[in-house]
Amino acid sequence: MLSYLVRRLAGILPVLLVVSLLVFLFIHLLPGDPARLVAGPDATPQDIAAVRTDLGLDRPLPEQYLRFLVHAVRGDFGQSLKNHLPVAEVIGLRFWPTVILTVTAMAWSTLFGLAIGILSAMRRGRWPDYAGMVLAVSGLSFPAFWLGLLMIDLFSVRLHWLPTGGFEGWKSLVMPSLSLGLGVAAVMARFSRSAVLDISREDYVRTARAKGLAERVVIGRHVLRNALIPIITMVGLQFGFLLGGSIVVETVFSWPGLGRLLVDSVAYRDYPVLQAEILLFSVEFILINLLVDLAYAAANPEIRYQ
Amino acid sequence: MSQLAAQDAPAVRSPVTEFGRRFLRQKVAVVATLMLVAIAATACLAPWIAPFDPAAADYDTILAAPSARHWAGTDAFGRDVFSRILFGARISLMVGFVSVGMGSLAGILFGLASGFYGGWVDGLFMRACDVLLAFPGILLAIAIVAILGPGIDNVIIAVAVFSIPVFARLVRGSTLALKTAVYVDAARALGAPDHILMLRHILPGTLPGVIVYCSLRVGTSILTAASLSFIGLGAQPPSPEWGAMLADGRSYIGVASHVTLYPGLAIFLTVLAFNLVGDGLRDALDPKLKRP
Repeated sequence: MLSYLVRRLAGILPVLLVVSLLVFLFIHLLPGDPARLVAGPDATPQDIAAVRTDLGLDRPLPEQYLRFLVHAVRGDFGQSLKNHLPVAEVIGLRFWPTVILTVTAMAWSTLFGLAIGILSAMRRGRWPDYAGMVLAVSGLSFPAFWLGLLMIDLFSVRLHWLPTGGFEGWKSLVMPSLSLGLGVAAVMARFSRSAVLDISREDYVRTARAKGLAERVVIGRHVLRNALIPIITMVGLQFGFLLGGSIVVETVFSWPGLGRLLVDSVAYRDYPVLQAEILLFSVEFILINLLVDLAYAAANPEIRYQ
Repeated sequence: MSQLAAQDAPAVRSPVTEFGRRFLRQKVAVVATLMLVAIAATACLAPWIAPFDPAAADYDTILAAPSARHWAGTDAFGRDVFSRILFGARISLMVGFVSVGMGSLAGILFGLASGFYGGWVDGLFMRACDVLLAFPGILLAIAIVAILGPGIDNVIIAVAVFSIPVFARLVRGSTLALKTAVYVDAARALGAPDHILMLRHILPGTLPGVIVYCSLRVGTSILTAASLSFIGLGAQPPSPEWGAMLADGRSYIGVASHVTLYPGLAIFLTVLAFNLVGDGLRDALDPKLKRP
């Protein structure tokens, strides 16, 4: 296990480096002079020159990259162009709302997705299967932001049950987490159905049935326990999907999280914040994938020795 | 039915006929295909069948509810929502097909070269894929749009780029399996050059998977493009793009809900049709292929 961990970590380092290089180059790929962007539209040539020296933009690119890397490791991404607060502080404020939203969405969607998928597999070819899979393919095709708007229309504007947006108490969490989780619930339902069906075809399941075990024991002890390994992997992979989805859903519900901050920083051309956010999202995504692989390797010794 | 099957059984069927039979047996996929044909037809014929000019404002009938005259009502500028949806279909289908076309083409080439040559070519392309996959899909698109500027053309490029690694990995996998096949060895022994081996002998074998993913990706791409337009990074306001229409209609929820209801329904039905066709193709081409 330890050697597997070391190998995986070694494999991730180059990816992290290239990602950080791309994020660093991002500000240089933008049309226009980065110093002018940072100094703002009303800056005089002297201001721009000062900013250039200040940020080290007059240094050679490799040196700038090293400097960026060292600062990034310390969590220093400069100042927001919008409100001149340190970028780390701006992002820190938005971090927890997004974590709360994604974890809630993950929790309900995994629960419902699994239930629907397992039920569909157990009643294969009968109406619960069809109903479950119709729900799943619909959920997969449903635009999250449209679901959000429909729910606001019904539950906020017409029924006055829930607030239209914001971040106050559990009531404001209901609709955003439902919109965000729908797609994941659909993927989980489809995936768990096929995982359960795959395992059901194994010889040991037939043996378990043949020796006369009750169906719930066959399903509970032999099928589900083994199907859970790929399912757990899938749960981890869906976190990346949720990170992406939160960008749109947070915009619909004015949720004060990282996703809306990202959209705002594109609109305001707040490049230091944008740069830090892209890096943060990708690093989170890479780390989640690593954790998934490690969990998978812990559960399945074959993987470790490949 | 059983009689028919018994008569057909001894006949040798080509893979294409076999695929056709298996696809036609799936009623849901057939209906979804007809839906797609209908959507594509409305998109092509929009200028002739739309009852109103999608851009013509009419300030006497703003936010009018659906009626016999305006089937899906009118928006805040008095524009006919139904006509705008018809014209929006052109944009969404174009974005879906062009972005997946470009992404799959690049992905196929990278995947073929990676699987066929192995070694450093493989290492290079696959690490590049790892890097692309290290950004959650829509984030990469947002970063690309931030560099290139908002607009539907840039959305197409952004969505195409994040489709590349999916296709590259898929094609690389099948290429690895196929390059040791006996018929490929035979062609190599006859002196076929690399590009012939790859394009004529290996490529066709990778296509079933590619076709399935194309259909599923077109749906995803339409959804992503609509999301980008919704958050203001894609098609810009006067355009009747569906996501942009939803963004416009947001302010009138409760006052004129139809402005958000119908464009959303159009996105949903189109993406649903692509997903159902994709599922049908997958089951007909290769029951073992699974959606990630």
